[in-house]
Amino acid sequence: MSTDSPSQGASGTKPTYKPGSQIIVDTLIEQGVDTMFGYLGGVVLPFFDKLYDAPIRFINPRHEQGGTHMADAYARASGKVGVVVATSGPGATNLVTGLATAMMDSIPIVALTGQVRTELIGNDAFQEADTTGITRPVTKHNVIVKDPNDLARTIREAFYIASTGRPGPVLVDLPVDMQVAQVEAAKPEKIKLPGYGVRTHGHSRQISTAAGAINESERPVLYVGGGVIIANASDEVRQLAAKAHLPVTMTLLGLGSYDQRRAESLDMLGMHGTAYANYAVQECDLLIAVGARFEDRVTGKLKTFAPRAKIIHIDIDPASISKNVRVDIPVVGDAKMILSELAKEVEYRQRAEWFAKIAEWKAKYPLRYDTGTETIKPQYVIEEVHRQTEGDATIVTGVGQHQMWTAQFYKFNRARQFISSGGLGTMGFGLPAAIGAQIALPGQLVVDIDGDSSFNMTLGELATAVQYELPVKVCIMNNGYMGMVRQWQELFYGKRYSCSSLKNPDYATVARAFGAVGITVDKKKDVAGAIEKMLAETKPCVVDFRIDREENVWPMVAAGKSLDEMDGLDIFESMA
Amino acid sequence: MEQKHIISALVQNQPGVLAHVAGMFAARAFNIDSLTVGRTEDPSLSRMTIVVVGDDRVVEQVRKQLAKIISVVKVQDFAGKDVVARDLMLISVATPPEKRSEILALIEMFKGKVVDIGPKFVMVEVAGPESKIEAFIDACRSYGVKNVVRTGTVAMNRHGKKQVD
Repeated sequence: MSTDSPSQGASGTKPTYKPGSQIIVDTLIEQGVDTMFGYLGGVVLPFFDKLYDAPIRFINPRHEQGGTHMADAYARASGKVGVVVATSGPGATNLVTGLATAMMDSIPIVALTGQVRTELIGNDAFQEADTTGITRPVTKHNVIVKDPNDLARTIREAFYIASTGRPGPVLVDLPVDMQVAQVEAAKPEKIKLPGYGVRTHGHSRQISTAAGAINESERPVLYVGGGVIIANASDEVRQLAAKAHLPVTMTLLGLGSYDQRRAESLDMLGMHGTAYANYAVQECDLLIAVGARFEDRVTGKLKTFAPRAKIIHIDIDPASISKNVRVDIPVVGDAKMILSELAKEVEYRQRAEWFAKIAEWKAKYPLRYDTGTETIKPQYVIEEVHRQTEGDATIVTGVGQHQMWTAQFYKFNRARQFISSGGLGTMGFGLPAAIGAQIALPGQLVVDIDGDSSFNMTLGELATAVQYELPVKVCIMNNGYMGMVRQWQELFYGKRYSCSSLKNPDYATVARAFGAVGITVDKKKDVAGAIEKMLAETKPCVVDFRIDREENVWPMVAAGKSLDEMDGLDIFESMA
Repeated sequence: MEQKHIISALVQNQPGVLAHVAGMFAARAFNIDSLTVGRTEDPSLSRMTIVVVGDDRVVEQVRKQLAKIISVVKVQDFAGKDVVARDLMLISVATPPEKRSEILALIEMFKGKVVDIGPKFVMVEVAGPESKIEAFIDACRSYGVKNVVRTGTVAMNRHGKKQVD
């Protein structure tokens, strides 16, 4: 298998031989990689030795999980493939949460893991884990290289699979003997993937049928998800919405794909979506889903979801069609291409009655919070961040209440502006994701709006932000609880706050210990000034906002309820 | 309506493919009735024949999720198609001396083949459609079925105009 003493090539010309590790590095460069994230370990040392001389920027997180989230957010912010490296065993298993996060949100990542020597595999060797076995359900594809001649092709295929179709993470497991074997220098070998085809062009008759349905519709709603951002199709969404005159609602991951300052924006739908988005979906006669997958947090009770609507579903993944809801007009393919084709065939319709109804809902149920309190309301902090960043920062979040408040109160205007773990709901995503986004967006403003419990999980990555002089900002909505868990306990478990409150460290002190800037805000009057100070900082900066401890996210569609059965609207009305 | 579907998947002959397919079924809570794998005429490809029970919606998802696996090259649902479907069974049946000839006649009737014989048992090879296999097991029950090993269904599209068998 490994050719330690290279022999003369049969053709007479002397082939050049390189170690597998060099082939790996060369192939990464060939794939356009200039930035990687990851952690070292015994069986990836040959690779790192070759990386030493390569024109690739390497970012060391403090934990492999942080590395995957960084690669993930780097991909989300830049549209490129994120690359993460880890050693065998615990290095590889620490990637799992990050891979699952990327898998659920269809984010292109290539993960390279070291593996013990092939002859040791299966022997419970030191730092051995069945990496391909463990990561199979959380990757789009994974493969272990067992012939060093396959290295270049396998890595090319990994990038191709990760970035095409419905993107996702691809893991390549690299036994250490593959890295040290002498291999004939990589020829640009063709990708051989007989089981992988990507349909990009939508079926033209289906597109015409969809256009016809749009033209006939009295009460349409365009429902867009993260697929639109992945497909770089937000211009096409805007054009279609303008040409056919459609109101637009977005999923959590779709936020940014349609400018929320536009009157036609219904903002986010779903469990914590706006009342006007949820009512519109329930009342519409045509739902046009693009790059969205009808997840339970979006649909509420499936049986009563959009009961009056015919459903068009545009998605690149055929398996997404009719998985959760029965679709009337499926169109499989690339959202960008399909939407631009579709826009050609749609006609403008006034739909005055429908838009008047929507305006009525918007006037009656705008998102609200109590502005008259002494305590710091998280929504106020987010509005203030929005105001001071002129709505233009790249916003990253952890998972929980703060994530929902951010989705509700920071109005996004462009794709890739909002970076959040949607499908998997990975707490701890915020800080490493902010770092990954900041690496992708040098010189641009990246703000992590985080929760105290989310931040606790990965705060060690502050060291990474400091080491690489990344001016990430972290706003902690600190309520001393696992806030969303506490909200559910309040609402559904009789306020029995079982195990959901935490004794937190003093985050400002923690930040300073890491070499970052730390600010504590416990008075409402200090909020604006602290944000101003934070935005002026060139160092990583953590602001600990001691928010109202029992603030809830409203409105809320309780799990299993219909989308129009929202709790909290009475609270809104009482504040009107 | 729940019904049995025979799904045929052509897969790349690579390590981990079976685990991937089996894992996907488990992860998505699809039930496998039987699964067989074997090489095809092309050494780089294997054929999996999977029998699943489910309604149309479930089986459509099974088909799509299978097709989504990168190392799965082609997926076909045989439902409603003219196919030849066969199981192979080895069955060990108790043979009380007074019933021996009766059992041998039964084997004959089912076109089974005696492949091993002992003083108190006979091992029989039976191939055929699942219903025939089931019928043979039922017919043997009164003598005492000691052991059953079955391959699960394999199936192939019938292309000829006339049914030979």
